[in-house]
Amino acid sequence: MIPVEISSVKKFYGEIKAVDGVSLSVNEGEVFALLGPNGAGKTTLIEILEGLRKRDGGTVKVLGLDPWGNSYVLHRRIGVIPQDFTFFDKANPREALKYYADLFGVSVDPDAILKEVLLDDSTEVLFENLSGGQKQKMGLALALVNSAELLFLDEPTTGLDPNARRAIWDVIRGLKSKGRTVILTTHYLDEAQQLSDRVAIMNHGHIVAMGTSEDIIETHGSGERLEIHGTEELAVYIRANTNLKAEYDGKGMVSIPISQKHDALAALTAVERSGLEWRDLHTRRDSLDDVFVKLVSGRIDEKGEIRVENSSENSRNHRRR
Amino acid sequence: MASARRIVSDLRLYGRGYLRNAAGLFFGLIFPVILILIFGAIFSSGFSGTITVYVQNQDTGPISNYFLGNLTKTGTVSLVLVNNSEDFSKYLSAHSASDGIIIPPDFSTNYITDKPVNVTLYGNPSQSSSAIVSGTINGVVNGFNLARAGGSPIIGITQTTANSQVTKYIDFLVPGLVGFSILISPMFSLVNISSEYKRIKLFKQLSLTPLTKIEWLASKVLFYILLSAASFLLMVAVGVIAFGAHFALSLWLIPFLILGPMFFASLGMLVGTVSKSTETASVVGNIITFPMMFLSGTFFPISLMPMYLQYLAHVLPLFYIIDGLNGVMIYSNYAQATIDLIVVLIITVVAFVAAARVFKWRED
Repeated sequence: MIPVEISSVKKFYGEIKAVDGVSLSVNEGEVFALLGPNGAGKTTLIEILEGLRKRDGGTVKVLGLDPWGNSYVLHRRIGVIPQDFTFFDKANPREALKYYADLFGVSVDPDAILKEVLLDDSTEVLFENLSGGQKQKMGLALALVNSAELLFLDEPTTGLDPNARRAIWDVIRGLKSKGRTVILTTHYLDEAQQLSDRVAIMNHGHIVAMGTSEDIIETHGSGERLEIHGTEELAVYIRANTNLKAEYDGKGMVSIPISQKHDALAALTAVERSGLEWRDLHTRRDSLDDVFVKLVSGRIDEKGEIRVENSSENSRNHRRR
Repeated sequence: MASARRIVSDLRLYGRGYLRNAAGLFFGLIFPVILILIFGAIFSSGFSGTITVYVQNQDTGPISNYFLGNLTKTGTVSLVLVNNSEDFSKYLSAHSASDGIIIPPDFSTNYITDKPVNVTLYGNPSQSSSAIVSGTINGVVNGFNLARAGGSPIIGITQTTANSQVTKYIDFLVPGLVGFSILISPMFSLVNISSEYKRIKLFKQLSLTPLTKIEWLASKVLFYILLSAASFLLMVAVGVIAFGAHFALSLWLIPFLILGPMFFASLGMLVGTVSKSTETASVVGNIITFPMMFLSGTFFPISLMPMYLQYLAHVLPLFYIIDGLNGVMIYSNYAQATIDLIVVLIITVVAFVAAARVFKWRED
């Protein structure tokens, strides 16, 4: 059975098209990452899959069920970390796990699960006193209680320090090795690249690219480039004297797309002949970051998060939250 | 479909959280006891205002009406006429009252023909209201006697005790404050958590587990029933030990102690759910709670309030709970308690069903 199969799913909030015709399927045992800037519609889509939101159009099958109307049955079979996971302030992680085990009618060893998510040092610390990372780990631990065949992890590592992120990554890898299917949303590109078998990039309610990271780079990237630190005159000179499309990025870098070995030689010859200043020559390929930035017309900030430079997009996010 | 295991598990988690929260414990258990100590100490001496006095006028002559007119003019009592066919003593007890007068059939005739005649005065010697009534009537009787030529004491007063039991202020205060704590804890807590859990999306998270919203609500109702029972026992103990209060403890109290918290938990849930924000919820909650806190007979019997406030009290749900508790604990007046219980039962069912319907785990 294909765990998740959806087609043409739509969800509108008045004028805003939060999810606008999304089709995808997720295979058994796969880690599938949904990548996109804030407000792209990731959480809305995930919540439709979890049966928390009603769609306005399209078909959805999760574990063979339509989530809307079957959520009570579905929820016993899926594990979820919602975005902004929270819990009762005055309960500690061990009590929380015992509580979830009772609710799901399963018997589990809370300490074993807490050890698995590296929270065994804080089993009796009240939720209100846990750090952000510890809270997320507790959320992950709760998602594991019912040994779900399909897990939805909505931004499980947002705002966490690198150690906590790696701990959560290890748990996700462990889930994959046990054959569980995981749908992960994130706005960290490295997380998607590190963990997932396939990635879907979402923007403005659409899926703009889908496949393995390599597929996406292959399809949407610009191939190999020669990059040289130099001036704008250098780019102009190369364009005038070769048939290469040299571009100046305005920040002291000239970038020349290379499609065959001969192009590199031609470029270097032109650079040498120009008599202009240059240094630091190297070649590079587009990374997932480059493709992503191109597809969502945003940038990646110093923390590795995606920022979209578009004020109307930002106000849209606020309204939805 | 509801599972006892899930309800108990939720109850345990919530209860433990509650006990770890000093503010909740204080308001749930300690605060009402402090109120008993304070009000008990301040008001055991008495209270003021117009006192309702029941009158059975068996006389048909003109003098008795004139006598009652003078009594009203004193401004300290307001008279309520009782039909002559009633057994006066039973009537007082049925109205949870202790102050009354019987004017005998030959009052006018005897007064005119100079024969001594006695009015019978019912009262509760331990209660300051009865002392005031007694003093007022004595004054009017003296006036009548003095008005006669020679001032011979023709009219006398026979004192009698209305209730078999002597009722003190503290005896009113304990049921009143039991009602108070039945109101405060479930109402404020449910207004708060139902709006707060909605805001932080905790309900949405719980909807991802097999816990149903009815189970969740049932566990809250159960918790506040248990808390109210604990609070009740504590208050009764303090009332008895600190002030020597006495009242009847019967099985009749149980339905009030169950339905009361259930009603206010449901009402709080309703307020918290329909309010758009936590702030609105708390304002609406206060608007509903505060008048009820003071006007339902919590700190003093409502018969001491002006008539228009007494009418207002009759639309406040807490009034019926406290009136019922008074009926059971002080007057052993089960007819009154039955009516109160029926009212409380109806509003509780309505509130619980409404809360369960309006309350949503998730939005579309």
